[in-house]
Amino acid sequence: MTDASVPHEEIVVQAPAGAMSLVPADSIAGRALVTVIAIMTFLAALTAGGALLVTQASREWRASVSQEITVQVRQVAGNDVDAAAQKAGEITRLQPGIGDVKVYSKAESQKLLEPWLGSGLDLSELPVPRLIVIKLTNNSAKPDLTMLRQALARDVPGSSLDDHSLWLDRLAIMANSIVFIALMIFVLVVIAMIMAVAFATRGAMAGNREIVSVLHLVGAADGFIAQQFQRHFLRLGLRGGLIGAVAAAVAFVFAGWLAGAFSSVPGGEQVEALFGTFSLGISGYLILLTIGLAMALVTGVMSRVIVFRHLRGLE
Amino acid sequence: MVRFENVGLRYGFGPEILRDLSFNIAPQSFQFLTGPSGAGKTTLMRLMLQALQPTRGLITVFGRNAATLTKDEITAMRRRIGVVFQDFRLLEHLTTYENVALPLRVLGKNEFSYRSEVVELLRWVGLGERMHVLPPVLSGGEKQRAAIARAVIASPELLLADEPTGNVDPSLGRRLMRLFVELQKSGTAVVIATHDLALMDMFDDARRLVLGDGRMHIYD
Repeated sequence: MTDASVPHEEIVVQAPAGAMSLVPADSIAGRALVTVIAIMTFLAALTAGGALLVTQASREWRASVSQEITVQVRQVAGNDVDAAAQKAGEITRLQPGIGDVKVYSKAESQKLLEPWLGSGLDLSELPVPRLIVIKLTNNSAKPDLTMLRQALARDVPGSSLDDHSLWLDRLAIMANSIVFIALMIFVLVVIAMIMAVAFATRGAMAGNREIVSVLHLVGAADGFIAQQFQRHFLRLGLRGGLIGAVAAAVAFVFAGWLAGAFSSVPGGEQVEALFGTFSLGISGYLILLTIGLAMALVTGVMSRVIVFRHLRGLE
Repeated sequence: MVRFENVGLRYGFGPEILRDLSFNIAPQSFQFLTGPSGAGKTTLMRLMLQALQPTRGLITVFGRNAATLTKDEITAMRRRIGVVFQDFRLLEHLTTYENVALPLRVLGKNEFSYRSEVVELLRWVGLGERMHVLPPVLSGGEKQRAAIARAVIASPELLLADEPTGNVDPSLGRRLMRLFVELQKSGTAVVIATHDLALMDMFDDARRLVLGDGRMHIYD
């Protein structure tokens, strides 16, 4: 490009560094969308983190309970229940995979009833059964509970063996139900976020109709335009997703601190029994971060799909 | 390059605003498209750009029947056409430099490959000091020059300019016209829509396409 009337100066290139986004970056709608994504990510991360804590806690409960079985010896007419309990303990000790066996005495058994019946009562007339708590070893040798049950039934009348399987099953159902409900909430939150992104993208397309039109007229392909909007929404999604994920992580750290501070009170013990120590661990926090990034990705992909649909509608 | 055969256009069920247009725009040609306000000059340019579809007739662009072009083919076709819009249509959140570089950017070119070229053109049209400025700050004439620079930056095969000198002083207008002539000499077919008779008289050897009452009269 030359012109005789214009002195040819040496061109000093001072163009701006980095290309400006073709979709206006900052707008009220954009800030509102970042807030919505941050809130949705926060809720999704809280739900997922809560489910994770319940899963971890239930795994720990089940692991500890499944390492223990109980034999109950009831009083039978004509039998000395304490002798029967001792005999049941001896039979149990003969089995492989059995660790510590503790036979509860009459006094110890009565003490176990105190939380329900209160202290200071004379329970000597009550037919209080004796309990034998049996710890299983961690090695590969497993006791044959069927055989043990048969041996006890044969040699110790009034005895029964409880391997806690019923309780374990109920525990598993409860934990799985909580996780399932959490998963449903998580899915609903993600759907709500997708809807919000869809509306925001449609709004952005309508608000930037002139930009889209000019881009088409200067030869931009639909893919190029969709990429511009996708980048814009991915940036908003990343900002919102990271804010939400970090807020959720802070909430878990705070809850852990609260649980630690109030662990000595009865309510604190209940909470700790259900959720453990609120410690998600490194993997848990990585999951929260992944949720934040996934929300951003969903935002980007969703906006691309909507933009393509919109551009097809312009044909 | 562009061929219209018995092209007609009406909006909805209204009367035909363009009737039986038949003309040809040859490669490396230079023509004025003129006529009174509201004669349909801008509409005709939109037809050439495939921003509008005719209600009848045949439009051939770069040897292809425009009615059969796919969306991708229309995109490819538009990349060979530079357009100066009457209302400039600069993107207001982009600087002058970024607006001018837009046709190269949508081609996926790396900024380093076109930066000096864009800066040189901006200096040539007198916007060297205004390249980092956003369009709302530019005067009407500056916007017009930026719009012209954007239209010619990719060296199009066909340039459609709608009133390209309407907002600039006569001296700059002549200079911009020389730019169009140079483009034509280097191989671009140029169509300039104007009703500035003085401007057309300066290039009295140029072909004139005159629109009136929906019809076209051609003066070679």
